[in-house]
Order: sequence, then structure tokens, then C-alpha cells
Amino acid sequence: MGRRVLITGLGTFWGGRLAQSLERDPDVDIIIGLDQDEPKVKLERTEYVRSDENYSILSRIVQATKVDTIVHTFLIVDSTQMSGRMLHEINVIGTMNLFAAASTAGSTVRDVVVKSSSLVYGSSPKDPVWCREDFRRKDPVNTRVERSLTEVEGYVRDFAVDNPHVTVALLRFSNVLGPDIVTPLSKALRLPVVPSVLGFDPRLQFVHEDDVLRAIGFVLDRRLAGIYNVAGDGLLPWSEVARVCGKRTMPLPFVGANLAAAPLRRIGVELPPELIELLKYGRGLDTVKLKEEGFRYRFTSAGAVQAFVEAERLRKIAGDPDGSYIYQEDVETFFRHSPAVVREQSAEPS
Amino acid sequence: MAPPPEPQQQAVRTKRNLLPVPAIPPLADEPHLEDPRASDVDEWGRSEHMRELTRRAFDPLYRRWFRAEWEGLEHIPADGGALLVANHAAAVPSDAPVIMHGIETELDRPVYGLADHFFKGMPVVGTLWARNGGVVAHPDNAYRLLHDRGQLVLVFPEGAKGPAKTYDERYRLRRFGRGGYVEIAMRAGVPVIPIAVVGAEESMPTLFRIPALARLIGVPYFPVTANMLALGPLGVALHFPAKFKLRVLEPVTFDVPPDKPRYSRSRIMDESEAIRQRIQEALFDMLRQRQSVWFG
Repeated sequence: MGRRVLITGLGTFWGGRLAQSLERDPDVDIIIGLDQDEPKVKLERTEYVRSDENYSILSRIVQATKVDTIVHTFLIVDSTQMSGRMLHEINVIGTMNLFAAASTAGSTVRDVVVKSSSLVYGSSPKDPVWCREDFRRKDPVNTRVERSLTEVEGYVRDFAVDNPHVTVALLRFSNVLGPDIVTPLSKALRLPVVPSVLGFDPRLQFVHEDDVLRAIGFVLDRRLAGIYNVAGDGLLPWSEVARVCGKRTMPLPFVGANLAAAPLRRIGVELPPELIELLKYGRGLDTVKLKEEGFRYRFTSAGAVQAFVEAERLRKIAGDPDGSYIYQEDVETFFRHSPAVVREQSAEPS
Repeated sequence: MAPPPEPQQQAVRTKRNLLPVPAIPPLADEPHLEDPRASDVDEWGRSEHMRELTRRAFDPLYRRWFRAEWEGLEHIPADGGALLVANHAAAVPSDAPVIMHGIETELDRPVYGLADHFFKGMPVVGTLWARNGGVVAHPDNAYRLLHDRGQLVLVFPEGAKGPAKTYDERYRLRRFGRGGYVEIAMRAGVPVIPIAVVGAEESMPTLFRIPALARLIGVPYFPVTANMLALGPLGVALHFPAKFKLRVLEPVTFDVPPDKPRYSRSRIMDESEAIRQRIQEALFDMLRQRQSVWFG
């Protein structure tokens, strides 16, 4: 019998993309996606269930569907998307409820993968060039997204301790770039001039969006437990990133950069405080641990930047390559469940 | 990448590119693809191009101003990692650039200098410092440079306490921290090479310190130097032309297996103290032979 996977945040970029890649995996029997919002990508066999951000119906779903794997992708790492209260509600309260549902008596959950971010390491001049998974930050956690992710990781740890029979993996991703994903960093690189901080030229690390999905798939496949950093090889100076993108940099003052970023918000340039810290001190992740398990990256840091640049060039000429997809419940139900539809899978032995 | 310009002076010329920056092909599994980067900044923030420019600018200072003279350079290995340990002095330390410049020009090996994270936090200075081979003194960084990359790493175990000391305490070594540098060398399995430096103390002597001002502007120490009194504002950055003599001592190797999670604390302290003692004795020996601060 194949796996029965539940994905949180199906309507987000990662949830949708992950569901698409899991659909191609013959070992995965059932994919259930939770979200408040409808999926934004076309899915063949994923079942979408509308739920609020607190997953109040989750324990019922776990009971009813007997899922054995939960992939928790619905953690907000972009603090410009919403208010601090909402961020806390989704990240911290959502994770808490998710784990509560997954650890009820009779729960069939055996694997949990959580998609976290390298934001938990922060960015400070005291840090080593490469942070290992066991690195403990010395500077206080002072931005709300970092604080909420740190709390989430605390719940993940507790859950792993309380449920030794469950394989829990926590993946910390570096700055993701690629053709499709939109982050504060990719938005900054799309501007006519790229913001930087005067006098600083930090070295940053990137990971291609495909490598992110491959890493999640790899961890699911191997049933790895523990914390893993995920980032492409090499570090690039920010000035170099701008140059590869064919842009000039526009320095913000180093004193009060956050203050200077405030008026930029008016014209749609969102520079959250954690990004400004990153543009001062940079951050590198040590990726030896996942590589030792046998994971091979397709893209290096430089490659992720280049893939982004190439997609940007295409977008400029041909517009958005992905046609806009609109989820229509009755259509999706028809294709998945109507006896009129001849399904190819039913011909194969399951 | 444009080839580095042909250096004019024989003195600054290095026989090979000191550290070829590992190319990063865009696809990890297709090494033939072209690296999109145009600059040569490595993962530590160092740029050989920038080092070359700095060496060219610093060379007249090294040769004519400080007239640096080395002995025992043969103790520094031609390849493989080694931890260089020296005494630290002068309000604006002149010993670090002299040691780095000397070894890079004489031996054609890059030297990475470990220093307080204070520099990295400073705009402009932090960037220039990193481009010229400055690395934050973190055990992980030192271990990687020594063990994984097999580089020469320079460290001043006295830390800020060395340059902060006043002129009446010159050539008296401070505590060598908690011996962390010995532990790193043990873990990385590399020798410690002690270097005794004479001349830095007199190049910018501190007369007294103003701790309140240091606290106010957030620096480790605020010195009032003889240079400031003699040269005015120029004295903030200009060193006196004290004669530099550097003696590289016998490498110290530790008979312990590398990569152990921990090493005996007392052994670390003993080794650290022994190294400190050897540098101190070498300094006294060199000072006994020195006839003039300015002419050696």
C-alpha cells in the first residue's frame, strides 16, 4: 500500500508545487491538501479540503483518511504578506493545532516533514560564515517572523520527543530563488535598482525552488529524521547577485535602514527588517548533513540566481508563462469522482 | 574574469594567483557550465584582486617605512593548514598587515586574518576588511579554513587586550585568551606557528585610554596615542616608522588525534601557556639585541 499524504497550505506556492510533484510519485496513493484558499495550480488527483488556518477539522480528517504522512509547508516566512497577529496565528497556533491533531490516540501519522527557514539563524556579524544545524544564535530573536519560526521549531522538537514512533524532519531552507517563487528578495531583485545597505556587501546563499521540492521529496522518501539545512553550494556577494541580474544597487543608509525602508513601502518596495539584516551581514548554511545522506543538488547558489535571471528575461518578453488557473470545485469533483470519467490509473494494478 | 593586471614592481609580484577561487557552475552536476560570477570574491569574502591592489599600496610602507625583516620563514609550511600565532600591539594594529603582506609576498601563500566581529559590523571597513582576507574569529571559521581548505590562518590570541595596552606595558604579553586557538589547531590537526613581532609597539604607542568614550561610541578601547599628540588628526591612522623585526619560531605540533569532540582543558591551557612563554622569551631576546627603535 502506498503512502497517504496530507499537505498543509495547498493554496500556497509550496503546497501546490509539492502536491504536483507528489502526484507523479507512484508510491503516493492519496494526497490531501488543506488550505483556506483554493489551489492555484492544476492538480490531477489531490483532494482539496477547505479549512481555516487553525486546522480545526484536522483531527477529523486524520481519523477519516488515515493519513500516515504530514508535510507542513504552511509556514509563513515572508513577513510582508500579513500582520504580525495573523503570522502568529498561522505559524505558531496552526502548528500547535496540527501537532495536537497528529498526536491524538489512534493517529496513523508516522512521518512529519516541516518546511522551516534559515531565518531562525538570524544574521549577525558574530555568526560563523557557515551555520551548522546545531548552531545556536547569540543575538536575540527580534523580528516577528523569526520569533514565530523559532516557536514553531520548539513545537516540532516537543512533538518529536513526545512521539518517538513518528519520524520528524525539519528542513531549513536558505533564500529560495527560481522562475516562479515570489519572495521579498526576488521582489527586490525585480526592481529597476536593487536595494542594498551602504558600506555592506554581504555574501548570500540561494537555493533553487526545484531543489527545495527535491529535498522535501528526498527526506520523505528516505524517511530521514532530524534537522537539515537546504541551500545551494557557494556564497555570492550581493553586489554580484545584482550584477548577474544586470542591475545597479541603490544603497540605503546603514544607520536607520529600517526607517529609510518605510517610505519605500509606499511605492510597493517591501524590505522587512530581517531582509535588511541579511543585506548587512549575509548568511551561509552548512549543507554537509543532507549531502551525507546522499542528496545531490541540481543548482548551486549562482545557478539559482541565473535561473531566476533567465526566467525574468522570458517574462519580460512573453509575459507570465503559467496560464492563470482557476479552481472550480464542481469541475474538479467531476474529474476525480464521476463514474463517467475513464481513469487510466484504474487499469494499472495498485 | 579579466586577468589581474601585470604588477609593476618585482616586490609585489606573486608567482601564481594565490588562491584560485573555486568556480561555481550553475548546475551542481554539470561542472562544464560557465560560472555566471564576474568577481573573484571567495566564500570568506576575500578577493585576490583586492589583495593585489592592497599589496601594491602597502608595499612601500612595508619596505621603506617599517623595513620589515624576517627570520625563520622556513618554519612556515609551503602547503597545508597552519595556525600562525603572534603578539599583538599598536593602537591601530600594524602587525596584522605586515605579517600578512610579508608571508604573501615572500611565500606566495594567502593568509587569512582572524579578528573580532566588531570589524564585520562596521560599514565600509567591514567590507574592505573581508575583501583583504579578514575573517570573523569564530571556531567554526578557523576550523574550516585550516582543516577543509588547508590555509594559513593568522590569529592574535591576546585579542583586543594586546593593542589596548599602554606604552609602559609594551612587549609584555597579555593572557592568551582561554587557549581556544590551541583547541582549534588540535581539532584541525595543524601545527601552531608562533611569531614574535618587534616594532609594532612603538609604531603607535598608546599613552592612555578613555574608557568612557570607548563605551559611548561602542569600540573595544579608545586610545590616546603618541601619534595623535605628535601629528594631530593625521596621527589617528599614521604609524611611526619603527623598525619591524619578525621571528618565526619552531612550529608546535600536538600529539593528539584530530576531530575529537573535546580535548583535555588542562592540556590546552598548558600548551597555550607554553606557546605564550616562547613568544615572550623570543621577544625579550630580540629586544636585548635591538640597538635602536628606529633602525633595529
